[in-house]
Amino acid sequence: MSAVATIVGYTLRESLRRRVFLVVLLLTIAFLSLYALGTRQAFKDVRNFEDGITAGLDATTLAGATLFGLSMFGTLFLGAVLGIFLTLGVVRGDGERGLLQPLVVRPIGRATFLLSRLLAAGTVCTVYVCLVYTGNLLITYWIGGWWPDRVVVPALALAGGVLIVAALSLLGSVFLSATANGIAVFMAFGAGLVAGLLGQIGEALNSQTLERVATVSTWLLPFEALYQDGLNAISADSFGLTRVALQLGPFGGAQAGGALLWPYALAYLAALVGLALLGFARRDL
Amino acid sequence: MALAFAARGLAKRYGTIEALGGVDLEIREGELVGLLGPNGAGKSTLVKIACGLVRPSSGSAEICGAPAGSRAARAALGYLAELFRFPGWASANEVLQLHQRLSGSEGGAAERAELLELVALTDAGDRNVDAMSKGMQQRLGIAQALVGSPRLLLLDEPTSALDPVGRRTVHGLLEELRRRGVSVLLNSHLLSEVELVCDRVVILRRGAVVAAGRPEDLAEPGVIEIETARGVRRFPGRGREEAPRLVAELVAAGEQIYGVRVVTASLEETYIEAIEGAGG
Repeated sequence: MSAVATIVGYTLRESLRRRVFLVVLLLTIAFLSLYALGTRQAFKDVRNFEDGITAGLDATTLAGATLFGLSMFGTLFLGAVLGIFLTLGVVRGDGERGLLQPLVVRPIGRATFLLSRLLAAGTVCTVYVCLVYTGNLLITYWIGGWWPDRVVVPALALAGGVLIVAALSLLGSVFLSATANGIAVFMAFGAGLVAGLLGQIGEALNSQTLERVATVSTWLLPFEALYQDGLNAISADSFGLTRVALQLGPFGGAQAGGALLWPYALAYLAALVGLALLGFARRDL
Repeated sequence: MALAFAARGLAKRYGTIEALGGVDLEIREGELVGLLGPNGAGKSTLVKIACGLVRPSSGSAEICGAPAGSRAARAALGYLAELFRFPGWASANEVLQLHQRLSGSEGGAAERAELLELVALTDAGDRNVDAMSKGMQQRLGIAQALVGSPRLLLLDEPTSALDPVGRRTVHGLLEELRRRGVSVLLNSHLLSEVELVCDRVVILRRGAVVAAGRPEDLAEPGVIEIETARGVRRFPGRGREEAPRLVAELVAAGEQIYGVRVVTASLEETYIEAIEGAGG
């Protein structure tokens, strides 16, 4: 068995034995159930609303895209939490507890060890995000009869965003203790989300300063840009008053990422991993 | 004889603190070397450089001819850290299996059973680490270090959490390793333990070697006490090998001998002298 498979298997087994997956499963079921209840009620209200005022507004699309946008936010958040907790103590945290040293003195190489841990966390997060995303998609369709304009791109954007958060946490684990790293990455995650909302507010108010702040923050923390791009894609074909109403909402996805977003996000991810490898290679344990 | 470990001018600085100041040390194949010194002497740093956990500031270290930290060097050594932990959810067998895979050992279940027997954990193979005492975990740590039959074993305080029975088990294990030709660098605070099992002792103080040699050579001659009809005669500064001659001279002089006692300076006294003599 290769060293990569061994470390990946070790990481997954640890999560399984520590009942991480069980807790995640139960909380996800609770999240999906709440989402289903909320969606049911929202579409019921929207149908009443549709009977009244409908001029130029596709109420089903407005409700579907907003609710599904909310579920994407929830999925991003849950995926990020999972990614952070799977990686926050990989180097310094485990080193301080004495768990790391017996493993890295084996002839596997520090780079192999670190990449394997990221591979394990990344795989778990990607599968998780895709499953929750699919669950939300089906719930929205079955209850409200609404289907997003793009299905694959938003899922990839969410998975990519969570991967970046996990890689950020892995990089932080090289330099910070587990607690400090967890706090730092959660704060960075929150800052990214706030920057995204600022951008939306800036666009609605036509404030160039707010938009500039959001743009800079997005380049620094591109998981938010990926999420916004995914949001944009779910209602990409909407137009008119519906489009305007969606853009005014917090989950309207006013900002498309543009052609450079994905190459930039990949380069950003590679840079995070590269810095983590460099830092780990030079770190005394 | 080939060298299992060679350090030349090995130095390590942590910021303004000098942990090692140019240490030269060699361990021959099959040799059991004890590393002694007060806290902060640089013992753990030396061991960590040897197994590639810490990068030296200058100098070099080699394991079986390969640079310390290289893949070849790590393949040749086994390491037990002073502060280590195994995942509590894993059983002893799972811990050993993980290390077998990482070290490329093909020993399988037979190797695991042998290692658990060596450290007196035969019946604990399926027990989770969480359910083990500290002493059992320490013995499991030693078994882990032996996975893959390493040529050099680096043990950092391997008996610190063991009771007297556990220590005896480890002493027996070290004897067995010596018989098998495994080289061992034993970092310990327990002078009696080092004196008992090591071929050679190296005493570090503030990152420098202040004394080195065989335990019996370091334990310098003390005094020979000979009980005669006229009382106890003391001969300070004499070694054990001089006792027969002294007895013969006294008998020739008409003395009646009732007992002879050779009192040597213990390693502990030598250690304290080395540490204090080097500046306190």
